[in-house]
Amino acid sequence: MNRFHLFLTQASSLAPQIDALFWSMIAVCGLVALGVFTAMVYFCIRYRRGSSADRSGAHQQSLGVELTWTLVPFAMFVGVFLWSLFLFAQAHTPPAQARTFYVVAKQWMWKVQHPAGQREINTLHVPLGVPIRLTMTSQDVIHSFYVPAFRVKQDVLPGRYTQVWFTATKLGRFPLFCAEYCGTDHSHMGGSVVVTSASEYAAWLASQSSGGTMAQQGATLFNSLGCSGCHGPNSAVHAPQLAGLYGRPVHLEGGGSVIADERYLRDSILLPHSQIVAGYAPIMPEYSGQASEEEVMALIQYIKSLPSATEPPR
Amino acid sequence: MSATAHPELSVRSFLARDYGLLDWLTTRDHKRIAILYALGITFFFFLGGVAATLIRFNLVEPQGAIMSAETYNKTFTFHGVVMVWFFLIPSIPATLGNFLLPLMIGARDVAFPRLNLASWYLYIGGGLFTIAALLAGGVDTGWTFYTPFSTMFSNSNVFLVVIGVFITGFSSIFTGLNFIVTVHSLRTRGMHWFRLPLFVWGIYATSLVMVLATPVLAMTLALIGLERGLGVGVFDPALGGDPLLFQHLFWFYSHPAVYIMILPAMGVASEIITCFVRRRIFGYRFMTYSMLAIAVIGFLVWGHHMFVAGQSVYASTLFSLLSFIVAVPSAIKVFNWTATLRKGDISFEAPMLYALGFVGLFMLGGLTGLILAAPALDIPLTDTYFVIAHFHYVMVGGSVMAYLGGIHYWWPKITGWLYPEGWARFAAILMFFGFNLTFFPQYLLGYEGMPRRYFSYLPEFQLLNILSSAGASILAVGYLMPALYLLWSLRYGRAAGNNPWDARGLEWQTSSPPPKENFLSPPVVREPYAYHEAAP
Repeated sequence: MNRFHLFLTQASSLAPQIDALFWSMIAVCGLVALGVFTAMVYFCIRYRRGSSADRSGAHQQSLGVELTWTLVPFAMFVGVFLWSLFLFAQAHTPPAQARTFYVVAKQWMWKVQHPAGQREINTLHVPLGVPIRLTMTSQDVIHSFYVPAFRVKQDVLPGRYTQVWFTATKLGRFPLFCAEYCGTDHSHMGGSVVVTSASEYAAWLASQSSGGTMAQQGATLFNSLGCSGCHGPNSAVHAPQLAGLYGRPVHLEGGGSVIADERYLRDSILLPHSQIVAGYAPIMPEYSGQASEEEVMALIQYIKSLPSATEPPR
Repeated sequence: MSATAHPELSVRSFLARDYGLLDWLTTRDHKRIAILYALGITFFFFLGGVAATLIRFNLVEPQGAIMSAETYNKTFTFHGVVMVWFFLIPSIPATLGNFLLPLMIGARDVAFPRLNLASWYLYIGGGLFTIAALLAGGVDTGWTFYTPFSTMFSNSNVFLVVIGVFITGFSSIFTGLNFIVTVHSLRTRGMHWFRLPLFVWGIYATSLVMVLATPVLAMTLALIGLERGLGVGVFDPALGGDPLLFQHLFWFYSHPAVYIMILPAMGVASEIITCFVRRRIFGYRFMTYSMLAIAVIGFLVWGHHMFVAGQSVYASTLFSLLSFIVAVPSAIKVFNWTATLRKGDISFEAPMLYALGFVGLFMLGGLTGLILAAPALDIPLTDTYFVIAHFHYVMVGGSVMAYLGGIHYWWPKITGWLYPEGWARFAAILMFFGFNLTFFPQYLLGYEGMPRRYFSYLPEFQLLNILSSAGASILAVGYLMPALYLLWSLRYGRAAGNNPWDARGLEWQTSSPPPKENFLSPPVVREPYAYHEAAP
């Protein structure tokens, strides 16, 4: 039996902030519970049947009292809500310079690819102090990426990307769990996140064979899957230009626009007809079933790596 | 339990010995239907309890002590399905509610007695499908049936269970409908809305939720069947569906379902506390409004189950705010129960011990619910044992304590016999300690990061798991005790008389057990909880 620690390790930049709210809530809830228990015990003893306590003037209703214990909790709840909202927004806003890693979950393993191309299973090496963003999807059922020491959890869904981010602030190995029930071996779908110094991380990357960076792998796929036939710089086909596309608004046929984020790029590769770019014919074949989730991620990383044209595409 | 044992009773009670099996199975008497429900619910409670015991046994060892991962998954699924749909949802409404609602409003029966009997048959029919699923090898989806696992990936008997729950859902819809019409149309002369006991308000608010929410569950389960059976793409993205749609539909029912479980419990606690404090309830009107507020706002908070599921940040923000708001009426109720004790004349018979336990445990469950309502804290805590502990405090510490309190409180009325008071007090105290030892460590486990539905776990979680399992064995003994001494009382108990607690509800103005007609002369209606006046 290992030693039990009351305080869970804080190993990410968000962890101390979330803990501050948690322990404040525990303190407030504890005080309220203690207050009510004390009142209950006191009344039960003082007004037990047969006691000589004075029972005159018992009120059985009082608008003032009711309003007090309606409005005071309400005000406290709004305060907690706002504090939590501030942290929740932070948890959903990765810093602009965050490095993107890609995660594909399946029954019952976590497959990770580093931007430099290295792959690992059920382990995730990350450098200390660097904001890391994970773009995640599932090949089958819903899973959930959960690292208690980082205070992060995000469900990983089939058919779409979800993301989570953290900045590790402590060296070491921290448990990684699947937190959404996913079938027989759900409880074995875990591993660890290994936080090392930047130099150790670089040495680790160098020790792993990679087959090129993810963008390079994506460039190869861009040709082999036939994407370049239409989207390449010298193509005669009227297809949207991809250089500088990532992160820009895209105007859609029939009105409206979307930001070309990872989710949009994925959908446009697998199910291109769901959102047609304004001014283009819906002639692209669907790659759903043709490209695996890992291949789509490499393609996206390639598209993101294309040098931005001086003029944004119109 | 024949009527002749009661000297003060000159009429044939609803429990008279000469009713045969066929009389029972075709009865339209709400009181006997309540007994039929009680038998079914008790059976399923012990079945679900056996599953819980096996779960706690297995978790004594980090690698899983007694079963395979697959068996474990089927066991917790069975525990959840049985306890939610075949015990908690029907528990108080279908037994105590059925028995007491007409009595408390001075009516002869519910509005639709045949429908009431049909509801019981639907409940049993659904139960048979669920048991068939167990016998056929079980189901491993969890009681939440999350897609696409339940529709496209699980190889277990999903259909049988889905059909079982679907059928039982209609039992709950019909019961709700019956109760709503009964309260609206069958109140006796003088029983206007603000003279209704809070138990009736609790049942009424619950019935609204049952009627409005349960059809959505039925639809959702039907869609699971369509996708799993015919490959109609609704939830699986591989078929063009959306898995989050399932979660929205499921929780649109299943969050209000929590209020189906707790509102009647709040009603029971209010009846018991006023009786043993000998006072009016503090803030009667606020108590009624808060029940209705919980029933209505409860429909608007389902998204708090999905803060990390991939739903939009803006939706999460709104659901979080609404979840804090729905906590306000619950807080009001806890404060009002506490204030009712002030300047009372309190005695501590077994029902009162259960009711006090209910208030305390419900409060702890509610306060930890506030922590989970804050999305920033829900991120690390959701899908861990913190959530397990939270909802067991509300549903077991809250609803089950209140249900047992109610069973003890009305046992003399229902059967005409008194149970052994000392044993009943001992069982209540044992359950309170057993419960806390079982579930308090689970709060710590969740904070430490142990995910729910784990067949095996990291060694550092073992100490807390052993404490929890030790508590569960105490709790199991606690739950067996009432089953034994209540049965014992049917043969050896003392006759209760019409009103052993000197209580004020209309149900205490008729004989124990009541005659088929409920009242031989019209009951005297006054304000509820007129403990400052002599009984009529």
